[in-house]
Order: sequence, then structure tokens, then C-alpha cells
Amino acid sequence: MSEKIFKRSEILKDAIFHYCPGCGHSIIHRLVAEVIEELDIKDKTIGVPPAGCAVLAYNYFDIDMAEAAHGRAASVATGIKRVLPDRIVFTYQGDGDVAAIGTAETIHTGNRGENITVIFVNNGVYGMTGGQMAPTTLSGQASTTTPGGRSPARDGSPLDLSEMLAISDGPVYIERTSVTSPRNIRRTKKALIKAFEIQMANKGFSLVEILSPCPTNWKMTPVDACKWVDDTMSDVFPLKVIKDKSGEK
Amino acid sequence: MTEKVLMSGNHIVGEASVLAGCRFYAGYPITPQNELTEYMASAMAGLDDGTFIQAESEIAAINMVIGAAIAGCRAMTSSSSPGISLKQEGISFLSAMELPAVIVNCMRGGPGLGNIAPSQGDYFQATRGGGHGDYRNIVLGPASGQELADLTRKAFDYADEYRTPVIILQDGMMGQIREPVEFPEPIKIQELPPKPWKLDGAKGRPSRIIKSLLLDPKVEEDLNWKLVKRYETIARDIQHAETYLTDDANLVIVAYGTAARIAKGAINRAREEGIKVGLFRPVTLWHFPKRSLVDLSSSVKNFLVFEMSTGQMLEDVQLSLEGRSRIYFHGRPGGVVSTPLDIKKVITDCFKQNGLG
Repeated sequence: MSEKIFKRSEILKDAIFHYCPGCGHSIIHRLVAEVIEELDIKDKTIGVPPAGCAVLAYNYFDIDMAEAAHGRAASVATGIKRVLPDRIVFTYQGDGDVAAIGTAETIHTGNRGENITVIFVNNGVYGMTGGQMAPTTLSGQASTTTPGGRSPARDGSPLDLSEMLAISDGPVYIERTSVTSPRNIRRTKKALIKAFEIQMANKGFSLVEILSPCPTNWKMTPVDACKWVDDTMSDVFPLKVIKDKSGEK
Repeated sequence: MTEKVLMSGNHIVGEASVLAGCRFYAGYPITPQNELTEYMASAMAGLDDGTFIQAESEIAAINMVIGAAIAGCRAMTSSSSPGISLKQEGISFLSAMELPAVIVNCMRGGPGLGNIAPSQGDYFQATRGGGHGDYRNIVLGPASGQELADLTRKAFDYADEYRTPVIILQDGMMGQIREPVEFPEPIKIQELPPKPWKLDGAKGRPSRIIKSLLLDPKVEEDLNWKLVKRYETIARDIQHAETYLTDDANLVIVAYGTAARIAKGAINRAREEGIKVGLFRPVTLWHFPKRSLVDLSSSVKNFLVFEMSTGQMLEDVQLSLEGRSRIYFHGRPGGVVSTPLDIKKVITDCFKQNGLG
């Protein structure tokens, strides 16, 4: 007799991900689902996916979900959470969504200390639209709109939104993780649990930035993409707890 | 009804919204509507279940309202012309996601930053949808303090009933006037019809999705036709207009909001001189009260459209009358407010030049 030791989280519908092979979204979706299941908050959680690769997240998560316009997820989540303060509200957004078109919404939502959780998936490109330069594209990194590589003099340097947010008083917890190895995946899950628990304890705004491979737009194999996150992307966006005042009274 | 009180237009909308069960307001400062934002800040602070947020932008404010509507709350935002332009993305999303919300536009002179004087330059934007895509909004055009109160109540009821954004299209004059008003009794929020589509966590029921991305063109087409059917119902059920001294009129002025108030003063002056002129005042701007205007055209052959713009509602009058009557136009754009005396001269000139007797 074989024993079943791993299965799809009940929070995930029986649907096939549309994500490309090697894409970090599939792993991150599983982690978010597992965290919701383990914290037993399925029936009181409302998710707000973005415009971008993860816009179809509601096809996979078996929880209430409301789509936001590009960049506006934090504002939509604010409206939901203020009306329903005892529900758990999270956004799931990419780098373009959080740190370009939605910079103002994200920074001000954090600064107000809204009691929501932002899951910020940073893969350094606009994935869904075909690999254009993102605010987080590294200097020198080629994209379809920076074919010779991102030039800081022309395009600006990569924007570290998590560090920007940490400067303001509002956010309680900000951590940057990745999903390139079993160890990093476990750390990401731990960070997600902590972020949701902070919200459940009404402590305030939490954000987990997850460095996520995009082999398709980076034109790399999945293995090389993970290696590039570890060796190159993590130099510019170091994996660390950026801010944690959850222990403060 | 409560006892009669004297209040400014912007405050009237604020109080009426609270009495209508509005418990969520997000806004951003812009003149000439700031008194409404400020009123909501105080009013919501006094309610256990009220939320006021001064947003970082008009865009954030309308998206917060979207979130509140998703959660089932009666929600409102307000602004003035340039700020309403910023909200158009959100208004399009409200329409696509079939969400109720009330948006107040206290119109000012434009285009661009324009000025802070009363204007009616946003009629097209409000009545034609305003944002991207194939949609319309219910648009209400109050012309007095009392009507600001009455139409604010109706705006929330319409928004919930038809699951669509409702725009209260007032202007700097309506927002700043002080007039006596009697408020309706407060509604009981717990007695409002349930919203079986709202998101509040999938407890004891299947999970729900509220979205506007419909990648399959056939599905998107289905949504568009569904909205059209709803708009046809709105067009059938919500057409309101006031007529004033039209029975014997040789000329009827068509004007809404502040322009209608000015026109009324001009008509009263002209009547004193025996000039047979009346007023047709659309109260609902979308849907435009076409039926009653067409009815009126069986006896009235001359209409003078007066707007504080270069002529926007004029097109709805033309589309309604389809050549049945002659249509003249007088407009003052850019925030210029005509006096009743100015318009009385326009009336007498119109009579003289066109031999209206």
C-alpha cells in the first residue's frame, strides 16, 4: 500500500495553471494556497489579483477574489478591508503593477498602515505583455524595450519599492524572499505565514516580495533562470527581512 | 421628512448620502467640491460603521470605492472636472463589474485645469460613458438644494437596483449655494435588499469572482449586450423632466441644473412683458427625458437650448426631436455664469429674429 504524502491544497481548484514552464507563479500560488489552508482562513479571505501574468489567479484560488485595474489592487483591497475589517485581504501583484503604475497606491496604502497583505512577485519584466522593461529590470538587463540592456542614464536604475516602503512608518513587516530552491521556498512560505498572521492580529500592513524566475522572457532554461536569481538578481535585491516591527507593542 | 434647514449644496449631498446609507467615502481635495469631502470626514467619524479616506489621488479614491462596493457597502466619491477625468478608468471598471457606486461631479470651467467657476462642460463625459468601452452611466442633474437631497437618495437606490455607477452632475454654483432643504428619513441599512454577488469571504457557499477581464470575445460581447438590456430598462424607467409655463409657450428653453435656474429667472422676467416662453428642464440627463420632450414638441415648435458650455446637451435635444421643431442654441462656456437678465435678452432677441410673436 502506498501512502499519499503530498496533494494539491484544497484552496486550489482542479485547474491547470496557464503559467509557463519554470515560472515562479505556480510555486507561489501553491504556497499562498497552503498558507490559507493551514491558517484555516479560507472562508474569510478575499484576494485581489492584478493586471499581469497573475490576473487569472481567480481561476486557481477557491476563495472570493476581485480583479483590480492595473496598479490599483492596494486601493481596492483598502476599500474591501475597511468595510470588512474582520476578513483577511491580500493583493497578489507583479513588479510593474506594484512598482510602476501602482507605485502611488502601494506606497500610500503602506504609509496608512492598512491592515492588508501585499504579495509582490518580482520577476524583473512585464511578463504578460511579452518582456518589456519593468521598474525592477536590472541595469544592463536586456528586455524588448531595452534591447541593448537597461541603461541607468537613460532608463533609470532598478527601483527598490520594498526599501522605499520600509522608510515610511506605516508598514509592519516587509521581507524579500525567492523561490529558487527548496530552502528558499520554505523561507517564502514562512514569510507568507508571518505576513498573514500579522494581519490576523490586526497589526497592520505586511508585504512579501518574492524574486521569481521568468525563463520565457529572460530566454533562459528554468535551471539557469533560478541560478540567475540567486547569483545576479539577489545582488541588487538582497533576500532579507527589510522591516519587522511586529514584535513591538 | 426632517425639519427644514439651511445648508450649502455640497453639505446637502453629504448629509443626504449618509441618510441614504452611504458608509464609505473616499476623495481627494479639489475646488469647488471640498466642502463635500470635509463634510464626509466629519460625518463618517461620527458613525460606528462609517469609513472616510482622504486618498492620495482621484484614481486611488475611485478604486477604494470599487473595493467598498465589492464588499457590499453603499459607497461614494466626489470631485470636480479634472479629478473626474482621472476617475474614468474606475468608472469603466465599475460598469464592467456591475458594481453600484455614486460619483458626484461638481463641474468647473475647462478643458484642462480650467478654473473653479461653475460650468457644464462635462455633459458629454458623463452621459456618454466617459471612460473606455461601451457603457453608460445613470446621470442626474439637480437644480436646487432640495433636489440635491432628493436625487442623492435616488442615486444610491438606482445604483443598487441597476448595479451601475450613478453620476450626480452638479456644478460649482449648485455646490456653493445655500438653500433650505428637508431631508428624507434615513434608510435602514439592514433592510436594504441583499447583494448576493458581493464578496465577504466564501463562508458556507461557493467562492465568487468579480472581474472585468473577459478574454473570450464572445463572452465580452455577452456582457456588452447584457449591459445594453439594462440600459434599455433604465431608459424606459428613468426619464424625468420638469416643465414650467409650457402650455401656451411659443418658445421653450431647454436647460438643466444651474442653467435651468438662470433660465427660470429669465422666463419670469419675460412673462412680465407678455412673452410666451417656458422651460423644459431635464432632471435625468442619462437617460435623457426624450419621451416628454417629444410629447412637448407636438405643441411647441421652437426650442432654445441654453447651456453653460458650447453645446453638449444640444445634441440630445436634436437627437430627440429629429427635426420636429426648430432648435436654437445659446451657450456660455469656460465658467461664465449668465444672469437671468442676460438670458431674458437672449429670449427677446430670439423672438424678434425668428418672428415668434
